[in-house]
Amino acid sequence: MTEPLVSLTGVAKSFTLHLRDGMRIRVVDNVSFAARPGECVVLGGPSGAGKSSILKMIYGNYRCDTGTIAVRDGEEIVDVAKAEPRRILALRAHVMGYVSQFLRVIPRVSALDIVAASAAESGLSRQDAWCRAERLLTLLNVPERLWSLPPGTFSGGEQQRVNIARGLAPDRPLLLLDEPTASLDAANRAVVVRLIEEKKKAGAAIVGIFHDEDVRDKVADRVVDMAAFATEKAA
Amino acid sequence: MNHAPLLTARGLSKHYGPRIGCEAVSFDLYEGEVLAVVGESGSGKSTLLKLLATETPPTAGSVHYRMRDGAVRDLFALTEAERRFLLRTDWGFVRQDAREGLRMSVSAGGNVGERLMAVGERHYGRIRGTALDWLGRVEIDGDRIDDLPRDFSGGMRQRLQIARNLVTHPRLVFMDEPTSGLDVSVQARLLDLLRGLVAELGLAVIIVTHDLAVARLLSHRIMVMRHGRVIETGLTDQVLDDPSEAYTQLLVSSVLAA
Repeated sequence: MTEPLVSLTGVAKSFTLHLRDGMRIRVVDNVSFAARPGECVVLGGPSGAGKSSILKMIYGNYRCDTGTIAVRDGEEIVDVAKAEPRRILALRAHVMGYVSQFLRVIPRVSALDIVAASAAESGLSRQDAWCRAERLLTLLNVPERLWSLPPGTFSGGEQQRVNIARGLAPDRPLLLLDEPTASLDAANRAVVVRLIEEKKKAGAAIVGIFHDEDVRDKVADRVVDMAAFATEKAA
Repeated sequence: MNHAPLLTARGLSKHYGPRIGCEAVSFDLYEGEVLAVVGESGSGKSTLLKLLATETPPTAGSVHYRMRDGAVRDLFALTEAERRFLLRTDWGFVRQDAREGLRMSVSAGGNVGERLMAVGERHYGRIRGTALDWLGRVEIDGDRIDDLPRDFSGGMRQRLQIARNLVTHPRLVFMDEPTSGLDVSVQARLLDLLRGLVAELGLAVIIVTHDLAVARLLSHRIMVMRHGRVIETGLTDQVLDDPSEAYTQLLVSSVLAA
């Protein structure tokens, strides 16, 4: 059996709100699961169970209080919970990608450039990166007349689809998907399902959050119920 | 990737009599890494930048720098010639007030060409050609090459200052509030330009800013300073999205979302 690309063991997280007299909010407790190449693990459970926080912790965007988050980079295993910032940045460049439904718009950079630059980051040649960017924007029904424009003025749905294209363009073995299909129409949801299937076939491990049951049923190999971990809220 | 740090600061302190400028600052900076130093005015971030750029000697502590030949040197034990080489060639310093970083009575082309001449370039045509190329890269029209910076707008002066600093292909650039004092639209253009150049040239940058949005857009890592001390440090998005110290939480929550 192949080794997991990401493996969480005993992960716990709480926020301390110093501006609220040090109030502590426990987010997750004792979370353990793993995702292997070609596998899509879906995080389930009600809103507030800490699903997004878990994805952000794997990506190194949120700190991890206790436990280990082991991410495999070739032969090397890196514990994101303790890794140096530059090690986490190297993982983000070559190993793990994160896709949310929100695009952080940078002034003056066109939609096509955003997607192509993202593909190039993971090591694709300039030519391949452009081809892939064009293919993804076409598949996701972003009108060609918009490609050369910065997405600042696009509709919410168009920005979301550019963001999905950007997130799925690079070749990285671990993908973290935070509700990428939320508020997409059925046709575009089907495209995202197809792209996720392609990633799985190529051997990527995926950890995702999908509220849409139809999408979840199609892509999930396993559902990890977060409610089982989130013991005693608001301690 | 080179695994040895480019710059290493250890226990760096500066006292002005009984007043603390900065206290016991330690960090490593690697090639291609952008480090933002954030904090309110009086937090010690500008003092730290002056120490690192050897503009003022420390009360205690050390800064080591890996020279182009690979030798690691104590910055406060350099000969004056070595220090000049760093300042003119291997380092850049982009100042908040472009008038301090430019020669206001010298043409735009002269401002860029001067740093080239300092490293031994003598051929007038080549100097002018390189200056023209760099004006283009910072989006200044080539026909302004003979104009004086005093006739430039604030944003143009700042872009000219960047060209002057980058023309010698430095490995490390210090930036002190490079975008403050500019209109918001001018800021966005400058930030976009800086972001592109930093990535393209693989520059190491230490940028002092009070603007968390600037830190988020440009930097990989962040150090939060207060009362002269570093109180929190880490990946930029981690510190801004999951701040752990009370003061950092206050800073992050004080930003108005547009």
